[in-house]
Amino acid sequence: MENKKVIHKHSLAIRWLHWINFPLLAVMIWSGLLIYYANRVYKLDIGFTTLTFFPEWFYDAVGMRRRLAEGMSLHFAFMWLFTINGVIYFLYLIFSKEYKLLFPHRHALKEAWLVLLHDLHIKKGLPPQKKYNAAQRIAYTGAIILGFFMIITGLAIYKPAQLNWLCSACGGYEAARIEHFIITILFALFCLIHIIQVILAGWKNFSSMITGFETKKIESNDHESTNLEHEKSKE
Amino acid sequence: MKVQIWNTKKVRNRTILSFVVFFVMMGLAYCFWKWLYAQPEEGGALKPLRKILIQNEKIFKPLVSQEHLVKTYPLQKAEKKVRVNGWDGLETPLDANWKLKVVRKTGDTIFITLDDIKKLPKTDIVFDFKCVEGWNQITHWGGVKFSDFAKYYELDNEIQMEYVGMITPDKGYYVGIDMPSAIHPQTILCYEMNGKVLPLNQGYPLRLIIPVKYGVKHIKRIGSIFFSNTKPPDFWAEEGYDYFLGL
Repeated sequence: MENKKVIHKHSLAIRWLHWINFPLLAVMIWSGLLIYYANRVYKLDIGFTTLTFFPEWFYDAVGMRRRLAEGMSLHFAFMWLFTINGVIYFLYLIFSKEYKLLFPHRHALKEAWLVLLHDLHIKKGLPPQKKYNAAQRIAYTGAIILGFFMIITGLAIYKPAQLNWLCSACGGYEAARIEHFIITILFALFCLIHIIQVILAGWKNFSSMITGFETKKIESNDHESTNLEHEKSKE
Repeated sequence: MKVQIWNTKKVRNRTILSFVVFFVMMGLAYCFWKWLYAQPEEGGALKPLRKILIQNEKIFKPLVSQEHLVKTYPLQKAEKKVRVNGWDGLETPLDANWKLKVVRKTGDTIFITLDDIKKLPKTDIVFDFKCVEGWNQITHWGGVKFSDFAKYYELDNEIQMEYVGMITPDKGYYVGIDMPSAIHPQTILCYEMNGKVLPLNQGYPLRLIIPVKYGVKHIKRIGSIFFSNTKPPDFWAEEGYDYFLGL
């Protein structure tokens, strides 16, 4: 029987937490928009144009007018699952030492720039990497930080009286609401880029988030135990 | 990353297993969503979500404390053009002989005129009024603390109960409020806005100002007040909103 080299990329916990987060984040953004509709006041002035969040056709297209009560009940129910899943993910990263592969390392900024140039086909060649390249490390860690501030600003809007100090720390009620909204936009952008990158990276990479491993053909020298050990030490 | 050598059969079986579990779980998530929306409604909200809202209330209610005060602002910060949102309960003409009706625990009722209420110690508050829709406005209100009012009219037994209910004279709008929030030191029976008599569209002659709650609980034109150990009917809680709505 033919053998294959199996590289274990994502642990069971990471895969479950990732895929549980996906629908939860979707429900949180969706219900958040149902709430936002009731007071859809945010605009962004860029020079001579104004970007309205969101154009009116958008609300019609997704059928989300006048559903505030529904949005609130969904948001305040699924917030628990979203938060719990996020906290478990963070604790897992810390205790499994997976964070060492995920948090930016010392030369992350410089390397991320090289990755960006490479991805934009400006420059060839990538810096050597472990599980994630520097750009991924920054992006994924950024997403965790976004999640953290999502919970903080969310709590500040949810209980601005009882958690007065938290609300003040966010710069007040209105500021907290804007921050919560901006974080949502950033989350959406993260997801968009993430999905594009996953598509570009190809099937094997995507499939590894479900199976946990990627396979490679065995090269002749792989049979030498020293080489396998070498691969292991890369962990 | 750990590297192993597996035979192709094992690779294939593991891949199939993982994808089957993946699609089953995604399918279950989809079914859960469909199930959720197939549930009956309770007070306008899907029953499971209503249950969670009630649990949330239990979790966050202990936060309500007489010591936790809502942030107040200097007078000049108060908005001159105060937003009017909602006419429910104000659509019938106001009776010129308006009196506040208070139903005691015993069932006795007392009727109180606006002049009598104005004789009680006055409290002013400038705070950030927050609507459930998401807008907020710093506004200035004056009236008597609900706790002072209760003390003066000897409602001591009444405020031992769990809830206060308030209804407009035409019964077109009504709220239910948990007692810790009602006797919070910033909760007032309000008859002034920006230092002047409360306008009709802001609830003349008497409205509730309860900064620890969203705006929908600040009932305008109070007709009667009663006390209960069960949740009094609440206009917006019947339309799918949370009952507690504490901030």
